[in-house]
Amino acid sequence: MMKLLQMMLAFFKTGLFSVGGGLATLPFLYEISDTYGWFSHADVADMIAISESTPGAIGINMSTYAGFQTAGVIGGILATLSLAAPSLIIILIIARFLKKFRDNPMVEGAFYGLRPASIAMITAAGINVAKVALVNLSAYAASGQIGDLFIWKAIILGILVFIGQRKLKWSPIVFLAISAVVGIVFRF
Amino acid sequence: MKDLWELFVTFVKIGCVNFGGGYAMLPLLERELVDKRKWTTMDDLRDYFSIGQCTPGIIALNVSTFIGEKRAGVKGALVATLGFLMGPIAIILAIAAFLTNFAQYEVVQHAFAGIRVCVCVLIIQAVLKLWKKSVVDPITLAMYLAIFALHAFSGWLSVKIPAAVLVITAGILGIVFSRLKNRKAEGGKA
Repeated sequence: MMKLLQMMLAFFKTGLFSVGGGLATLPFLYEISDTYGWFSHADVADMIAISESTPGAIGINMSTYAGFQTAGVIGGILATLSLAAPSLIIILIIARFLKKFRDNPMVEGAFYGLRPASIAMITAAGINVAKVALVNLSAYAASGQIGDLFIWKAIILGILVFIGQRKLKWSPIVFLAISAVVGIVFRF
Repeated sequence: MKDLWELFVTFVKIGCVNFGGGYAMLPLLERELVDKRKWTTMDDLRDYFSIGQCTPGIIALNVSTFIGEKRAGVKGALVATLGFLMGPIAIILAIAAFLTNFAQYEVVQHAFAGIRVCVCVLIIQAVLKLWKKSVVDPITLAMYLAIFALHAFSGWLSVKIPAAVLVITAGILGIVFSRLKNRKAEGGKA
């Protein structure tokens, strides 16, 4: 019960402070992972992939998943509602004076600062995923060989996917599916 | 009552096919809400998006709340938002149940190891795309670097700065710097 309340509060906070949609929830999800350990860093990376392949944003999906892991179906539902609650309340307030809000120089100024902050934290979150996906810290620690630090086949796949995404305008789902097959075939 | 039910069903449907989130949703909403049901106009929809983008929370969710509110007040907002969440919650609960049972299989682990590489690339792409709109001058570049350093390397400091504190600080600095910039621009004109 205590755990459930703690979880609802954590996801409420995530909903309240993640500005800029989707990936902006990532720094908060990693923070929850570090503080409470309800899910691992690898779980967050996997949830990004699942979110890209299913309807719904990463924040919503991660809260459902973490809630389920902690307290079953009810936990999943409550955690998701906690994440949605702050934006619901804020939008209800803003809906009353829509035009004034949009043209307010204070709001515009705040976003001048919030935008770079948001992508700075998304970059850091990307590095967190890279730590799981592209490098093998324990192999490096064991051997001391710099060549062991990088998972070379993962880096090659990453470069190919990057080029593929630039050249072909396929949906991310296609690239995720291909990467899954490559992962199975080449035993990542 | 019938109106609320229709609102609910419409947003359950939208929530179930909203792949990719954010702006990917705009054409879908245009078809469902502007063309088919005439619940809103394209101009209003664009306003909702621009506000949904700069308020906390998921954009798609914010837009659902807006349209629900416009249709039927607070009740409508609740109904639309809950409807929108239905599909994703059900799908993730099913996947979570699946993963709990199948995560230990080697094939699943290999698949996710491959998928994580792709996720890395997706994040890089997202950052590159957002970069142009966000890092527009030396001030925003400095803020990007400072927040990145504070956030990424905070593990090495003795105190970890919570992400919420960074967000609030960035908002305040944004207001201060854009005021200074505007004042300078006005001074230059006079």
